[in-house]
Amino acid sequence: MGAGRGKPRALPTRPQYRASAEGGSGADPGGEAGPAWSGVGGAGDVSRPRVSGRRTGSCGLLPLPPTTAPNGSSGPSRDSVEWEGRSLLKALIKKAALGLVYYDLFRDPLNWAQTGEALPGGPLGALQAMCERTDPGPVTVALDSLSWLLLRLPCAALCQALCAMSRQHACRGGGPAAEQLCVLGLLHRELHGPGPMGALSSLAQAEVTLSGTAGQASAHMLRRRPRQRPTLETLWFSVLPDLSLDLQGGPPLESQPHPDPHTPQVDPASHLTFNLHLSKREREAKDSLTLPFQFSSEKQQALLRPGPSPATSRIFYEPDAFDDLDPEDPDGDLDV
Amino acid sequence: MFPELNNLLNTTPDRAEQGKLTLLCDANTDGSFLVHHFLSFYLKANCKVCFVALIQSFSHYNIVGQKLGVSLTVARECGQLVFLEGLKSSVDVFFRAQAEPHPLQFLRSVSLQPSPEVHAWEANAENLQPLYEFVREALKPVDDGEAAWRCPVLLVDDLSVLLSLGMGAVAVLDFIHYCRATVCWERKGNIVALVHDSGDTEDEENNILLNGLSHQSHLILRAEGLATGFCRDVHGQLRILWRTPSQPTTQRDWSLTYQYKIQDKSVSFFAKGMSPAVL
Repeated sequence: MGAGRGKPRALPTRPQYRASAEGGSGADPGGEAGPAWSGVGGAGDVSRPRVSGRRTGSCGLLPLPPTTAPNGSSGPSRDSVEWEGRSLLKALIKKAALGLVYYDLFRDPLNWAQTGEALPGGPLGALQAMCERTDPGPVTVALDSLSWLLLRLPCAALCQALCAMSRQHACRGGGPAAEQLCVLGLLHRELHGPGPMGALSSLAQAEVTLSGTAGQASAHMLRRRPRQRPTLETLWFSVLPDLSLDLQGGPPLESQPHPDPHTPQVDPASHLTFNLHLSKREREAKDSLTLPFQFSSEKQQALLRPGPSPATSRIFYEPDAFDDLDPEDPDGDLDV
Repeated sequence: MFPELNNLLNTTPDRAEQGKLTLLCDANTDGSFLVHHFLSFYLKANCKVCFVALIQSFSHYNIVGQKLGVSLTVARECGQLVFLEGLKSSVDVFFRAQAEPHPLQFLRSVSLQPSPEVHAWEANAENLQPLYEFVREALKPVDDGEAAWRCPVLLVDDLSVLLSLGMGAVAVLDFIHYCRATVCWERKGNIVALVHDSGDTEDEENNILLNGLSHQSHLILRAEGLATGFCRDVHGQLRILWRTPSQPTTQRDWSLTYQYKIQDKSVSFFAKGMSPAVL
């Protein structure tokens, strides 16, 4: 089928969709009216809320903490098998959603049941129809998952559909495109080649890659803003059972490489059956020893000093009865 | 079932979880002992089991099942086990009238027609819908008012052979998607499927299938051969990965690795390097 694998056919132009940032940073679910959220479930889960009814309004919907820049971000959240991203997506949805519309495409995405309720054009058609149905105003679309769509559609078609969605929504809303539509998608990075991943990355204004060490999940966020340098930030987080997001400041302590200064130094020679320690005299004798092949100044002087000394070495040889000494051929008696 | 594996997975037939997809994966070794384990486990847990067996014959599973304490013949006769024997019924596909639906009728369509480049949701694309209909029918809840069996379970051995038979990875993923929607979500049952990992990075279809299923699974059991080669006393290594831990704690130790040795009627598990033969 060739959907989503291999080389990208065309790189679409970058759309200008971004969530509206007015109304403060972070999400304040207790207070002001939030944007309308629509979620498309591709691989559903029973625990997802099924709240319908929506309120539109302008509000900072970004579910990132106030410590980071409160601009709206949109784009893929990339996870892997070991560090799954669905719980983060649920946490983000929960944090920002005030009016949530849930589109269940999990049960019958391919219309095998033939119930007659399915929209033409499959899930992509449903996505487009859903965008046409929502009221104008800030909207966030959460997709679980983009990988499902990317496996079944050509990459270019999906990118064009995403661009077209934001354009259509902007046209109906009357405001600038950048303020209207935010798309949050979950992408599984082992499933796709570098081509489709790169194409979707180029569409996105923010990319969150999930990994982790030492049992702690981390999110690496790459944000691209127009006319500014991209910024990379790492956040350590965990998703609690009630789907709230718990952010930690830095990496967990276990991963730091500094040795613990309170650990006593263990002496390896302490519990042996033989003695490896030196007494003071033995240590002095050891230190004052000259090694035989070490060319020290004393040795140099000894070699340079000429002349016989009383300690000149001589060989004393007493020949016995069997020796046959021939002064001209001293080795004549050797049987060689 | 292997009691030691139940201890590692912290489960018993009485306390089996529901609504879960378990992925069995083997690389460089034979992971079919896991299939036998789960088959006998769910039969002992009094679940209704639909077993799509594409690799071996019924008598093979029956013989191994008897060693593990279950009789597949008795289970099939009393209706607890619905067994689709792929090897035998694949031949029937070619000798039946074309209009009759058959769970494996993709064999006929794959062999006679080349696969067109169509979108998966169009009606004439080859897919595993007949097989899904068979599973849905087999695990339909009985309407006599009293639930005879605990929960439905679908067991597939194995999914990689569907790729070899000409189905695309996306078609197999769709089949599992629909089975999940019906068996896991609607009827609160479980699915256990075996996929081979050839380790071949050029086999894109198998990698897509394996990774796609891994992202949908709650539990992944991966049987691997030893990196250093074959051994008489240690047959392989089992890696257990829980993808949705029931209680997220600060220390997410959701991945365990054990080595195992397969014996005649059981499998013994031990920590890495702690085989009794070596100690």
